[in-house]
Order: sequence, then C-alpha cells, then structure tokens
Amino acid sequence: MNIRTIATGVAGLALAGAIAASAEPALEETLEIDGQEMITQAPAPEGHPFDTVISGWHYRTPETRALETDTFVNPAMLYVERGEEIWNTVEGTAGKSCASCHGDAAESMKGVGASMPKWNAKAGKPYNMDLQINDCRVEQMGAEPYAFDAADQKALVAFVKHQSLGMPVGLDLTEGEMRKWWEQGKEIYYTRFGQLDLSCASCHEQHNGRHIRADHLSQGQVNGFPTYRLKQADLVSVQNRFKGCVRDTRAVPFEPLGDEAMALETYVTWRGTGLSVETPAVRQ
Amino acid sequence: MAESKPRVKVPKTAAKGEVITIKTLINHTMESGQRKDSDGNPIPRQIINMFTAEFNGSKVFEAEIEPAISANPYFEFTMRVPESGTIRFTWVDDDGSVYSEEQAIEVN
Repeated sequence: MNIRTIATGVAGLALAGAIAASAEPALEETLEIDGQEMITQAPAPEGHPFDTVISGWHYRTPETRALETDTFVNPAMLYVERGEEIWNTVEGTAGKSCASCHGDAAESMKGVGASMPKWNAKAGKPYNMDLQINDCRVEQMGAEPYAFDAADQKALVAFVKHQSLGMPVGLDLTEGEMRKWWEQGKEIYYTRFGQLDLSCASCHEQHNGRHIRADHLSQGQVNGFPTYRLKQADLVSVQNRFKGCVRDTRAVPFEPLGDEAMALETYVTWRGTGLSVETPAVRQ
Repeated sequence: MAESKPRVKVPKTAAKGEVITIKTLINHTMESGQRKDSDGNPIPRQIINMFTAEFNGSKVFEAEIEPAISANPYFEFTMRVPESGTIRFTWVDDDGSVYSEEQAIEVN
C-alpha cells in the first residue's frame, strides 16, 4: 500500500511539474519575419503594472510561432493581398480609390498603424483604423462605410497596418482628450463583468502565463491585430476579440467600435507600447 | 469567391544534388459539400481535388485532396535537384479548371 501511494505521489508530482513548465512563455525565442527582427519584449511605459511587455507570440506553440516567421506561409497574407487590391480600386461617387489621395501605401502608411487609435478632433473621439477608413470612404470617396467586420474591412485594415510591420507601437496621449479616454479604458480593463465576474486584468494581468482550461493566457497584447486565429481559420479584428472575451465572461459585449470599446482599445494598445506591429500575427 | 491564384516559393538556384524546400499555396474556398445555405439547401462541393508537381516532365510530388482539407490549401515538400530545369505545379478544381504555375531552377 505504501509503495503504491509513493509511486502515485511521484507520478503526480512529475505531471504537475510538466504542466507548470509548459505554461512558461518561450521568452528565449526571437521572432524574425522574412528575416526582419521584431521587438516582442519591451520595457513597459511608466505607470504600467508590468516591468516588461511581452507579445502574445511568445505564448504560442512552436508550430504556431513558425507560421508567423514567413509571410509566404502566414495564412493571413491572403487578406493583405486583398487589401492591396482594395487600396487601388476606385469606389464611390467621387471616383477615388485610397491610392488616389494616399499614393503608395508603403510610403504614406508607414507608421500609421503603429500610432492608432489616434485622436480625431472632428469626431471628438479616438479613431482606430476601422473608423478612419470608414470616415475616408464616406467623406472623401462617397462610398458606403464598411459594416463592422466585413471581410474587405479586415483585409484593408490588415494591409494598412502591415505597412508598419516591425515598428514599435506608440500612442500620442497628449492629443485632445486621449488621456480621458485612456482613463476610461483603464477603468473598463479593471472592472469585473459577467456571470463569471472577470475583468480583463483577472486573466491577462494576474494570470498570464498560466492556463485557463486548455488555453494559455497571454498578456492580451493587440500589436498583431488583425490577427489570424487558427481556431476560426480567419482574420479576427481587435474589436471582435473584445467581443469574444467579454462574451466568454458571460457578460453583454460592448458595441463594436462604440465608445466603451474604443476607450478599451486605446488603453489596451497603450499596454503594448514598444512592441513591434506584427500585423497580421498568427495565434492559436 | 475570388479567383484562385497559385503562389509558389522555390529557390532560383541550387547546388547539384541539393535538397530544397518548396512551398505552395492556392486561394480556394474548398467548399466541402457538407454545408447548407441560409435557406437550408445543400451547398455543392467544390474543392481542389488534386495537386501535382513535375520536374522536367517527371512527377516529384502528388496529392489527392479530400473535402476535409481546409480553405487555401498549402503544400510544402522537399526534393533533390539533379540538374537545371523547370518545376511545374498543377492544381485541379472540381469544376474542371486547372491552375498552373512554373518556375525555373538553375543548378550551379
């Protein structure tokens, strides 16, 4: 009886050890995309709860990590190609395409994706890429705005953000009322919602690096969005991910692109300050 | 569905006898035939059912593809390069379309 008990005990310990070890993010790895090195760990900005901000790339399996290192293999690059087509396609009553005003995206859009959400004085709120594109379509092109998460919207957002690949995320919080929106976003981040009574921080601040059932929790950084999620076999926007996360707490999700969700995107993007734009990233 | 366009990544040069990695991708919805539309009618199957690669006319890789393969099928394989030549890739669609792509490899 004693021997059996001891044997079980040893096996149990070994198993616990294996689970704990596998939960550590692979911080010794470096991400290169087509040979270009990405910043996937950066010193946190002042006022941040962490010392180091870490890209979600480090938390994924070796196979998933490998998918992001070669743009030929990255399944989301098909969306980026589609985005480039849209960029050059004339739509709307003004007879313009994105390129009519902005020319070569590789030059004109370089860095744009790294600094959004950005204050929009006219609208009196922070604009992310989705809102900016719809604004352009309505005001400049005389075209219909994209419905939230339309395939072409995700493709164009991914294409534009991809022009900033490798550049560090950095928001200008001094513009307009950005600081106020950041504060609102922070409040939402730390507020518990839903039947499961979870805040963003419950998982991504207090328990990142550990498992929630079969899922390996990351810091919840958004530097790679829109992101290709293998689970959905599709490109997923950051606002859609917010919706999914809040739904999983069994709360009513925020309206996509609404004020709460934009405040949250502003704050969460700031939490990844210094990380490279990885758009389109590949995750589980 | 957007028109299917093949993409390949093949080294342009190789040493004689070198083993090279070849990557291929084609965009395709790979409709399995198991799904129904919003009115409940079955959506007919339409997939890429065959992929082949030939080097200087002889087959080096072949895959018969079934409906369980996901959208935008990606194939990667290795081959030994005996001499300079052309590698030709062919994808066959259920609707009879054939998509192909070629690339030369120079042995130096």
